[in-house]
Amino acid sequence: MLKIEKKKILLVDDDPDYLFQLSLAIQDMGFEVMTASTQKEAEDIVEKVRPDLAILDLMMENQDTGFILCHIIKNKYPEVPIIIASAVTAETGLLFDVDSEENRQWIKADMFLDKGIRMDQLHKEINKLLKI
Amino acid sequence: MGKLNLLVVDDEPGIRSGIKRILESFSVSYPFMDEDFDFEVLEAETGEEAIELLDNYMFDIVLLDNKLPGIQGIEVLEYIKQQAIDVIVVMITSYASLDMAVKATKSGAYDFVPKPFTPKELRSCLENIAKQLFLRRMTQKMQQEGKQIRFQFLSVLSHELKSPINAVEGYLKLMQEKRNGENIVDYTDMINRSLTRIQEMRNLILDLLDFTRIESGKKARNIKPLYLCEIARESIDLVQPISIQKDIDIHLNCNEKISYKADKQELEIIFNNLLSNAVKYNKQGGRIDVNLSKEKGFVTVSVADTGIGMEQTDIEKLFEDFVRIKSEQTKHISGTGLGLSIVKKIADLYGASVQVESKPGEGSNFIIRFPIER
Repeated sequence: MLKIEKKKILLVDDDPDYLFQLSLAIQDMGFEVMTASTQKEAEDIVEKVRPDLAILDLMMENQDTGFILCHIIKNKYPEVPIIIASAVTAETGLLFDVDSEENRQWIKADMFLDKGIRMDQLHKEINKLLKI
Repeated sequence: MGKLNLLVVDDEPGIRSGIKRILESFSVSYPFMDEDFDFEVLEAETGEEAIELLDNYMFDIVLLDNKLPGIQGIEVLEYIKQQAIDVIVVMITSYASLDMAVKATKSGAYDFVPKPFTPKELRSCLENIAKQLFLRRMTQKMQQEGKQIRFQFLSVLSHELKSPINAVEGYLKLMQEKRNGENIVDYTDMINRSLTRIQEMRNLILDLLDFTRIESGKKARNIKPLYLCEIARESIDLVQPISIQKDIDIHLNCNEKISYKADKQELEIIFNNLLSNAVKYNKQGGRIDVNLSKEKGFVTVSVADTGIGMEQTDIEKLFEDFVRIKSEQTKHISGTGLGLSIVKKIADLYGASVQVESKPGEGSNFIIRFPIER
């Protein structure tokens, strides 16, 4: 029988509850989950393992930790899709999107998501990025 | 038309003149920028020459080759970082050296242009940078008007308020789906976490009220002579429930007669914040010393603990809004990141200085010196 290797998804978030809930949901989708709650932990993981996709929180130790991690991961694995998740959105005027070519070039993430996203929607987006 | 000053550092004359030629007739415009940018190019053959130019002229962008005859590009980059020169650095490099790229990113390189590059690649790289610079200038302008601070405050605040809601909502959904079955006991952890998050949010809202009251300056202040020992004692009583759980001894060393003219509520906020931190970040069985003294025109309040302490670099960030020192040890301690920022703001109202002495693993001492004459 063909052995199907599960795709590995790296989750980085400093909110322990969100990390727990998200990893449950993503495991339910049939993926293998690796978690980190700091930039350092995440760097240590990608040093050893190549994830198939990464979901990063934007504000962790610093307000832009997500961007920095994104840059580091993209440098090491340019082809690994990255989703930046944030609880900050339109109401503060702080809006990012990576729909335009210019934004994609400097932000370097493949997608921005609001943390309030429904899990079935997230599943669809992940599948899209992983081309499943 | 805006001008961007660009420095090319490369030992190959061909590259330098090539870049000059590419940029001669090039300008960047975006619909949201109210002016176009073009480029003024200066050249340096060596890293040494580059540093000299950087010391004497203002540049917006540096295109930096790593392989140079004398000092290497990465050393120029280190110098720029060290001197905190405000310039965007793009490394010209061959993609082969990933190590160098990582090092350069850590030292603040903004982007890389692989060698050899086409005019189009260079232009698109500079296009992004021009946009970045434009945004940066806008930000600086906003900062001057104080808008940036409010904007950042709001965005962090929104983050801090939404995170607990998301967490609690997530747990409720798991319960709704009956993820752990029919038995309520199997949801104890989720319920406890939800309650903790709600409590944290309540604390944040309380801090926020203190904060906005001070910030707006609208609160009516009632300045009168106060006995500091009394206030300290009330504060100690407030933290007692937690300090007893952690088996922490609190010692108050003061002269009952020390008085200071101040607003009672403001001093309470200071004492409560310092004491609750001293308990929260203390070790099991630790100790807290609260010292009050009056001498040479100052009333000095110090709260010393035997807790986890912190590094010098952390101390510098400590009083900013929403800053929490994040480490393995503080991971499970909840806080709003506003307490010390509030303490500092109140101290400022009195012209008081706030000093922190701390050693990782040994403890911290917060010392506030209130001037008596003001």
